[in-house]
Amino acid sequence: MQFGILINEGPYQHQASDSAYLFTKAALEQGHEVPRIFFYMDGVNNATRLQEPQQDDRNIVRRWSQLAETHGIDLVVCVAAALRRGIKDEVLAPGFRISGLGQLVEIGIQADRLVTFGD
Amino acid sequence: MSDEFEDDFSGEIKRFMFVNRKAPHGTIYALESLEVVLISAAFDQDVSLAFLDDGVFQLRKGQNANVLEMKNFAPTYRALEGYDIEKLYVERESLEARGMTADDLVVPVEVVDRARMAELMADQDVVMSF
Repeated sequence: MQFGILINEGPYQHQASDSAYLFTKAALEQGHEVPRIFFYMDGVNNATRLQEPQQDDRNIVRRWSQLAETHGIDLVVCVAAALRRGIKDEVLAPGFRISGLGQLVEIGIQADRLVTFGD
Repeated sequence: MSDEFEDDFSGEIKRFMFVNRKAPHGTIYALESLEVVLISAAFDQDVSLAFLDDGVFQLRKGQNANVLEMKNFAPTYRALEGYDIEKLYVERESLEARGMTADDLVVPVEVVDRARMAELMADQDVVMSF
């Protein structure tokens, strides 16, 4: 099955991003496809390489980049939500790209299921 | 953006429901939900909106966001018709719990009870909840 993923909350503040990561990893391990993950609302804060979590904690941003590289996932950050929150091309971690909300609607149409992780 | 998309997926129409559960100005959920709704209209999908819990306040008449120095986006709900988005469902129980009726809302809506709302959600291909 093909899943689209929507993440609406920022890292560390809220569990949504962790849950989305674990769901995506489990889906891929079971042979499903996750062609695109869309970051919206405070979820755009998952995309900045400027974050430096404490050493004994998980690195959420790096985790997304690695997952995307290993499995060829398209990590899309909403441009309107990103600009509001100071997320621009120059701060993006590897694997992320900024684009429009149309990319979210598109994966909603294309995928068998769209799964939202939010508050 | 949509041109390229339509070439790839022309003809496929899915049922999209946007579920609004939060009050309009305490958080950004209502405003950014509305932004997705407006974009979805460009994709010629079968779009509906649901309002429940504190989300019913998003449609409340007489809002004055200016005193909060917030963007006043309530009039946008009245413009949805111009985007061919005409299916607005409001949960009866949520209205009643807040002492409201359909007369308190800025747009004409279909008031449905909780069981009917569940059926409507079950009928969708894509449900996004904000």
